[in-house]
Formats: sequence, C-alpha cells, structure tokens
Amino acid sequence: MAQTTAEPDQNAEQAEEAAPDINSARAADGHRWETRDVEDPFDHFGIPAEDARGLLADMLLYRRFEEKAEEAYAIGKIGGFCHLHIGQEAAAAGCIKPLRSEDYVVTAYRDHTQALAKGVEPEAVMAELYGRRDGASGGKGGSMHIFDKSVRFMGGHGIVGGQIPLAAGIGWKVHYREEDEVVVCFMGDAAVNQGAFHETLNMSAIWQLPVIYVVENNAYGMGTAFKRVSKLSVADRGKGYGIPCSSVDGQDVLATYAHFRDLVAGVREQGGPRYVDVQTYRFRGHSMSDPVSGTYRSKAEVKSATEHDDPIALLRDRLMDADELDQEALEEMDADARETASAAADFADESPPPDPEALYTHVWAEVNEHGRLFFDGRDRPEGL
Amino acid sequence: MASMTYRAALNEALREEMERDPDVFLMGEEVAEYDGAYKVSKGLLDEFGERRVVDSPISELGFGGLGVGAAMAGLRPVIEFMTFNFAFLAIDQVINAAAKMYYMSNGQFPMPVVFRGPTGAALQLSAQHSQACETYYAHAPGCKVVTPATPADAKGLLKASIRDDDPVAFMEGELLYNFKGEVPEDDDFVIPLGKAEVKREGADVSIITHGKMLHVALQAANKLEEDGVEAEVLDLRTVRPLDVDAILETVKKTNRAVYLEEGWSFLGVGAQVVTLIQEEAFDWLDAPVLRVTQADVPMPYAKNLEQLAKPNADRVVDACNKVLYR
Ligand SMILES: Cc1ncc(C[n+]2csc(CCOP(=O)(O)OP(=O)(O)O)c2C)c(N)n1
Ligand SMILES: [Mg+2]
Repeated sequence: MAQTTAEPDQNAEQAEEAAPDINSARAADGHRWETRDVEDPFDHFGIPAEDARGLLADMLLYRRFEEKAEEAYAIGKIGGFCHLHIGQEAAAAGCIKPLRSEDYVVTAYRDHTQALAKGVEPEAVMAELYGRRDGASGGKGGSMHIFDKSVRFMGGHGIVGGQIPLAAGIGWKVHYREEDEVVVCFMGDAAVNQGAFHETLNMSAIWQLPVIYVVENNAYGMGTAFKRVSKLSVADRGKGYGIPCSSVDGQDVLATYAHFRDLVAGVREQGGPRYVDVQTYRFRGHSMSDPVSGTYRSKAEVKSATEHDDPIALLRDRLMDADELDQEALEEMDADARETASAAADFADESPPPDPEALYTHVWAEVNEHGRLFFDGRDRPEGL
Repeated sequence: MASMTYRAALNEALREEMERDPDVFLMGEEVAEYDGAYKVSKGLLDEFGERRVVDSPISELGFGGLGVGAAMAGLRPVIEFMTFNFAFLAIDQVINAAAKMYYMSNGQFPMPVVFRGPTGAALQLSAQHSQACETYYAHAPGCKVVTPATPADAKGLLKASIRDDDPVAFMEGELLYNFKGEVPEDDDFVIPLGKAEVKREGADVSIITHGKMLHVALQAANKLEEDGVEAEVLDLRTVRPLDVDAILETVKKTNRAVYLEEGWSFLGVGAQVVTLIQEEAFDWLDAPVLRVTQADVPMPYAKNLEQLAKPNADRVVDACNKVLYR
C-alpha cells in the first residue's frame, strides 16, 4: 500500500477534493481493492451464496441494532459513552464468524456488534446499554464493558490498548494447556501507538501465542487521522516482531471472512500469532457525543464512504447481481433484523435496574473473615 | 471581573502563559486540530502554531515522559491527558521520573511540567472512566496536586502551576467545564499553590473538601442552613502542598469537621486530613471527624447504582448532623 508523508493540512485538502469511489481515506493512497471487482465473488472467496446470505443477515442485524441504540441514546435510555460500529459491520461478521464457539474474542469499547457476532444475545447487549439487571454485565459495565463468559466474549475494554495484553494472556492459557482454541483481539488503529501493543506483539511472537491481532483500521482515532500520528501504515506497524502481517478489505465481508477462515485454520494448526490490518470506515461520530465530520474529516469523505463503501450494500448488490437474493427476500431479512433489534430494546426497557444491593457485590471474590475490605463507612447488605 | 466558564478560564490561563513564556507548550491527544477533547485548548493551535500546540498519538507513557525530558532540558511543558483515567499509563513517568528527578539529581533538574486533565466521574462513564485520581499523585513526595473547583481558581492556579518548578498534577473536572463564575481581569492573576480558601463562612461545623466536590459541599451547607446550622466550607484548592493552617483554623473555629471527597476513602485525601486534625487539633474537637466519599466500589454504569456510589449533599448533611450529635 502506498505510503504518504504528506503534511496534515495537505491530507485534509486531498480528502476534500478527492471525491473517490472508495473509502477516501484509502483513495488518498490511490488504492482500490481489486477483489471488489471479481466476476464471481462467491466462487472467488469460496463462500457459497447461502453462507453469504447468512453474513448479510448478520450485518443487517448489527446495523439495525446500532440504529436502535442510537435512537435509545437520543431519548436518554442509554447514557455515558456509546460508540457505534455502523460502517464497520463486516469486521465483526468477517473476523468472528469463522471462529468456533470455544474460541475467544476480546475487544475495546466499540464492542456491541462484536458481542452479537460472538453469540451474546441481543437482549443482553441492549439491556447492558440500558444499564439494566439483565444486561450481559448486570448493568454494571455499560456500553464499553460487555462481557459474556458463556460465549467466551472476554470484554469490551475502555482504555485504548488495554485489551491487547489480555489477549496474550488468554492465548497464553491456550498455549499452556496445549489446547487448540484461537483468540481474536480487536483494537482500533490508534491503539498501535500504545506501548502495550508493541510489548504484547513481541511476547506473542516469542511464545507463538495463538492470537490474531486485528486492527480495525477506520483511519481515525477520535478526531485524529492515523496519518497524522504514524509515519508508517497500520499494516507496517505490525512488522518487526516476526509475526505474519496482512491487510484485508474490511468493507468486503466476503474478503474478510475468507481471510479469517484461512488465518484461523492456520493458527489452530500451527500456532500464532497473526497481525491483520482490516481496512474499514466509521460512518458515525467517534461516540454519540462526537461529530460525524469536522476538522478531522470532511463531509464529502463520509458521504463518499457511505455511498461506495457500505459493507451491507456491497454484499447485497453482489447477491442480487448473482440472482442469489431478490428484493422480497432482502426486505424479509431486514424486517427480521429490525424485529430482533426492537425486541432487544423492548426487553431492555422492561428489565429492571440492578438491585441497589448490587453496588457492593463482585467487588471482591469473597468476603474475608479476618480483615475488613470495605472502608466507606456506609451500610451494606448483610454479609458484605 | 469577567464572567466566564471554567473551560474558558483554563483556556485564558494557557493562552496568557504561552504568550508570556515561549518555553511553554501544550501537548496531548486531540489538543490541536480538535481543540481538545473538552475544548479547553480551543483556538490555541491557530494562535501559537503546530510547534507549540501538538497533537500526540495515543501514547500516554511516551508523551508523558517526553514532557519530563523536555522539562529536564529547560522547557515548560503542559501535558494534557484526555482524562486522568488514561494517565495511569503514564504514571511511571510522573512518579518514577518527574517526582524524583530534582531529588535524585541533587537539585540539578527542577521539573517544571504540568500534567493536566479532568479527574473524577462525569455521568455513567462506568468503572474505567470515572476515577478520582488525586491520591495516587499526592502520595508521592515531589509531585504537587492542584484541584480547582471554580473558574477563578482554575485560571489562577493553572498559571501558578505552569510557573512552578515542580511537577504538578493539575486535576480538572469534566462536569465543571461549563460552570460559570467571576474571574479577575488581570493577566497576571496568579493564585499561589498551597492556599486553601474558605468558600462559605459558618461557625457550627466545617466541611472540608477539594475539587468539584466543593459544589456538593456548598449545596449541603445550604440545606443545613435551612435547618439553622451554619456550615463553614473550606476548599483546599491544592491537595499538596496542603494548607495545614487553614484546616486547623476552621477546625478550631467550629470544633467539628467532615471531609468530603469524590474518590475512595481508603488512604484518601480525607484520611490524610483527618490524621492531621487529630495530630494537631485533637483538643479542639467536639466529635470524631467523619468522611463522605465514593462508595468503596468501582464505579458502576447503571444510573441508579452510580447515584448510590457517588457522594452527595444529603450524605454530607447526614455526616454533619452526626458530628453535631443532632
Ligand atoms: C489510554 C487511553 N487514552 C485515551 C482514551 C480516549 N479515547 C477513547 S477512544 C479514542 C480513540 C481511539 O481510536 P482507535 O483506537 O482508532 O479506535 P476507534 O475509536 O477508531 O474504533 C481515544 C483517544 C482512552 N480511552 N484510553
Ligand atoms: Mg480508529
């Protein structure tokens, strides 16, 4: 991939005038994925149309789910920080769906749809966003901290880069017990500037930990273009540790799925780690309280990306072009997605807030008989 | 006097100090192009350019340490942490390098660096984004801790911190940025570090606090007033240096005290203040000193639990009534 050393202001200008036909953050590099234009994508990627329809249904659910969350946030049902994954759905489906249920996923705070992809119930995710008792984390974690041990979804983590060493630890367990599970660790592009990233990649390489480090490279941190804070591309930042590195078109769910299907199989057989630059684009603001565009990226760029790089539209068109999907089936699929998202919201709405006593539960694994653990001088539930 | 927000007061302080001293620069995540995550540095990039207002990568340990090195070499860095929750990544450089450099080098390297950003909880940001971090920094000899609660204090104390030759953890409050107040219109308005201020006079009980809890203390004092109790509210303004005289004075005046802080109780700022009071004003006390703090748990997300976890005016009123034996 072409590198740019352009000054920040030049970048902004390029983005403004580019009017590119793909994600303009990439267009500035003059790059277009050839696989977008392959004749028979299902054959090319080895994914039967039937499975592709499944991926479309998955991504539609993620989209409708996030739109529902967006709505709920606007009317105050969800509070705090809420980071939507809209635009990046192919990364959730493509990187996670090739996994087995006993494999692990760990991620950052933009975690709703990855949770769904790993099998956390939509009701449990939405109830967590609402801060309710039936949420995946009992309402204690919120949007950024979805956890579900039962499906090996190892959490949404709020400190940029904080989850990366955790992934190595999970991989360490697999290596230690000589199991064959695979760990997928998501992070944003901005996380590659954290020391934890570099320390972890090195450790993972020397111990061959079965972890696939996935950079969801949406080209921006909050309001900072990756190019302004890195001399090298995301792909190149993983180099130098002896880990196989690759890049994939993260708006193309077939490409992403096929790539991960192969990577996961490879890691399971030969051990890890791997490093993947999944090139994607965020269609909304960084979080619900941030602007969609502004000084850091232009309206035109966002518009172009939503028009030309929508992962859902891309797969829909491919299926329709191949007569593998008609309008009616699409509408049915979408209605199902909306229905599931709505049902999740209704469920969340009806779930009660956590019991007040929950304030003091799960702080400590058990109450110590000898010493005192709590020091706030307040009344606490019996036994704590 | 000019009426302005806490955010604008900080912005003015930065602008004035950068104008006054070319060695002052601002570095941190999103401080330049984005005007700061909380818009504190709005307009500074345009005014001072990219050399002095610098967007960093998300590398807290790196740019925190860069600030320390730049201070060793003679600059006066202002390092912005988007919030102090993220400064945990950099605390090695703050404690192991900044706080000890002057001492280890036998005075060769003063450390005029300011680490600033919001501390404490906003609304429903959950466990990793809602921590009051004062104690971690105040614990280490060599590191000053400043916690302004009003626009005037924010401005005067930030200017003093930038001019100070020791490392300062300058801790703001996310919920304070929009808070308005009167600020003196003097571009040399500096409030010395280590001076507390009585924000409300009263003879019956002292509520001692720091940072944004000042506003909770004042609320509590108003409630107590309706009940015929006159509470004095002492705002430490800087946690370290600690204005011992002001603490002892208010305790000797009212003979009863409550410490209010946003963070956890265990080894908290209040623990230090209570120790000081019993060591140096024991005979003046008519009741044990009580503390009101966050519940001794990580901050939960759910609204109802978060409200339960946070200290509030009613809890302060209760504590005051207890020390008044009412
Ligand atoms: C250590 C740390 N520093 C700063 C932040 C504030 N913050 C949250 S997300 C973010 C941008 C991260 O961007 P990226 O890693 O690219 O992920 P994306 O949001 O694009 O998914 C920042 C600066 C944080 N949560 N943790
Ligand atoms: Mg990003």
